[in-house]
Amino acid sequence: MAGKVKWVTDIEKSVLINNFEKRGWIQVTENEDWNFYWMSVQTIRNVFSVETGYRLSDDQIVNHFPNHYELTRKDLMVKNIKRYRKELEKEGSPLAEKDENGKYLYLDFVPVTYMLPADYNLFVEEFRKSPSSTWIMKPCGKAQGKGIFLINKLSQIKKWSRDSKTSSFVTQSTKEAYVISLYINNPLLIGGRKFDLRLYVLVSTYRPLRCYMYKLGFCRFCTVKYTPSTSELDNMFVHLTNVAIQKHGEDYNHIHGGKWTVSNLRLYLESTRGKEVTSKLFDEIHWIIVQSLKAVAPVMNNDKHCFECYGYDIIIDDKLKPWLIEVNASPSLTSSTANDRILKYNLINDTLNIAVPNGEIPDCKWNKSPPKEVLGNYEILYDEELAQGDGADRELRSRQGQSQGPKGGRSRDSGRTVLTTWK
Amino acid sequence: MRKAQGSWEKRILKSLNSMCTELSIPLARKRPVGEQKELLNKWNEMGTDEPDLSLFRPVYAPKDFLEVLINLRNPNYENGDSLSFRTHLGLIQVPLKVKDIPELKEFFVELGLTTGQLGIDDSTQVPPELFENEHVRIGQKVLAEQDSAAAQQYIRQGSPTALRAELWALILNISSQPEDILYYEQLKTNVIQHDLLVDSLIYKDVKLTASNDDYYFVFEDYLYQVLLCFSRDTSVLGHFAYNSASPPKSYIRGKLGLEEYAVFYPPNGVIPFHGFSMYVAPLCFLYHEPSKLYQIFREMYVRFFFRLHSISSHPSGIVSLCLLFETLLQTYLPQLFYHLREIGAQPLRISFKWMVRAFSGYLATDQLLLLWDRILGYNSLEILAVLAAAVFAFRAVNLMEVTSLAAAEAVLADLSTLKVMPLLQIFLFATVT
Repeated sequence: MAGKVKWVTDIEKSVLINNFEKRGWIQVTENEDWNFYWMSVQTIRNVFSVETGYRLSDDQIVNHFPNHYELTRKDLMVKNIKRYRKELEKEGSPLAEKDENGKYLYLDFVPVTYMLPADYNLFVEEFRKSPSSTWIMKPCGKAQGKGIFLINKLSQIKKWSRDSKTSSFVTQSTKEAYVISLYINNPLLIGGRKFDLRLYVLVSTYRPLRCYMYKLGFCRFCTVKYTPSTSELDNMFVHLTNVAIQKHGEDYNHIHGGKWTVSNLRLYLESTRGKEVTSKLFDEIHWIIVQSLKAVAPVMNNDKHCFECYGYDIIIDDKLKPWLIEVNASPSLTSSTANDRILKYNLINDTLNIAVPNGEIPDCKWNKSPPKEVLGNYEILYDEELAQGDGADRELRSRQGQSQGPKGGRSRDSGRTVLTTWK
Repeated sequence: MRKAQGSWEKRILKSLNSMCTELSIPLARKRPVGEQKELLNKWNEMGTDEPDLSLFRPVYAPKDFLEVLINLRNPNYENGDSLSFRTHLGLIQVPLKVKDIPELKEFFVELGLTTGQLGIDDSTQVPPELFENEHVRIGQKVLAEQDSAAAQQYIRQGSPTALRAELWALILNISSQPEDILYYEQLKTNVIQHDLLVDSLIYKDVKLTASNDDYYFVFEDYLYQVLLCFSRDTSVLGHFAYNSASPPKSYIRGKLGLEEYAVFYPPNGVIPFHGFSMYVAPLCFLYHEPSKLYQIFREMYVRFFFRLHSISSHPSGIVSLCLLFETLLQTYLPQLFYHLREIGAQPLRISFKWMVRAFSGYLATDQLLLLWDRILGYNSLEILAVLAAAVFAFRAVNLMEVTSLAAAEAVLADLSTLKVMPLLQIFLFATVT
């Protein structure tokens, strides 16, 4: 039995450090021999960069994939999904089937999005088709709702049009690159308020794809009643659900933090809308997460030293259709309430149990197949190996534990790459 | 009982009136037109406009009410001087008849070990073919036939989440006709036109309780829409015919004592107390249409909830529930009961607030709804007392080790992880008595 795991982190959060300490791991600095490094996204860039990067040895694990930004940068995520859809279409896959309006039946889960300034002209064409629509501008490289604003007039984004007229625009400085997406102005409202879903997804390997979904996600509510009225387009308390924004609102409550558990959402929807549509909604949510991962899997550097825990942001519209808004590589580990702290502590705990088996010094060559008992609050979302291995009888019909009351979603029998059974 | 209820009411009214005088706020006033318009605009988001409520206090809290109940004595009752093992050592000293466990087992026979239950037999380990699927199918049939009596029988085994809203409406005979919606709109108009002191109490209560609740904060605005209308609904006065309480009366200014100038205040005769809004909150998970939500709540109130805060001898009245709880504990968990009594932690002091609120705000919502299923199914609130006793039984080991009331409270502070049906089932059917 080797010695204790040596850990490093550049994120000073108690939910992390408490978890390391409770395992009896030893804290070291980045210059010493370490086994486990929970790093920020800036650091991962350095670790794997061509110039300054270093080779990781077999007993070293990090918490990000080198090019995670293929999924977590807003523009690249959209690009990869579009590419994935086109590829499926070319192969004639039934997944890429379209309806009579040309919309993908099963893969239309990202709102129409364009990169600015590169796609400016394309955007204008689309905008003119429905001039009363609202669009949301988001800087590609920022987080926490920073720099986001809504527009409903072309004049509001004139700035991005001038640049597109210049002939060569090879490099976009990260600062100025924006994505503009069709704003979902008919979100599902509960108690008259808009909310989004934050779900945690752990990926231990991309090829074969193995991912887990944390059962205890949550809804983030706006403190102000939702209105699509154009007079309130500037009121970020109405539109943006980020806690970083909402907590500055007048009505922000520090006890519940404007958060609901996903099981509350499920109970509410089942009670008011019925079981079938609710199950369908949750199945679709699982589906779009898996598809987004499949979309980036071919371009991901599937470095065996890596695992990653993503924060998925999803919005449900009033027709109970889920939309993928973005994926976060470094979901916030700050706790806004007591419940929050417990949730995030357990999240890290379960993540570590899967990523670092038995809490011992890791060997990155292991098969990354943890036994069922260590999953904790995670459940298998998709396991490509299992899916391809077994045949039609695979029953991934694991109902969730009752710890939060109503049942969570069934893990889809996601072995099939053919037609989904729940459509 | 009536005398006690009468003097309790006098106290409440006195408290209300003195708040009125202290704050120089009339019990009721007509709103100026500008204010009416403003309120109408803000009808769906009354939660955001926070008037200054710092000077308002709830008229009373459950613990004040408990003190009154503890001091209830029947002057006619002679039980002999000597203490015996039959002597009731709890706080309630009124000799009402309550059921014992054999009688409860008979009453709640459908909760028995051999009958399928939602809340137990729909858990992850149990394949749905064994019970759940068939139960859902029967529920759908009951709804299709619109058979209220069958629904009431059916729901004793719990309601599937997707059917619950309709089943409750069926059992409570709520059908949302156009005239019901009109009636609700009329109440809304009353709210817009007149401001009542009681409104501020409601406002304050919501802000103190539901707004801070993990499950119910989302529905804050619905609570105002329901409760403000509720206090103006004179049809609620009808329930005083079978309630030992009487609605408080107030007199037009300057006409004190003249019956022709007496009005019921508030119009529905119900003065809200601290935690009152929690009766409505769980219903928001089932009904999102305000007038339907309103009707369901009103019916639940006049059938059940009113018994939880008026003094009567009814078996579902709060006095009987308290006595039932204490008797169950003293009879079947005597060691625990004596221990808690010794350390100055009379169990009722802890469980009273659970029962008064029908456990709303203490249990997780899905569990609470399963509990309220059974209240509707058995048309009785006795299950609240049984659950309270079952909770003590469940945490008995920890409770035996505490040495103060505060420590006992701490052991029982968090009920949010409890599963009510297994607790009830074990307490009633699986404990050696």
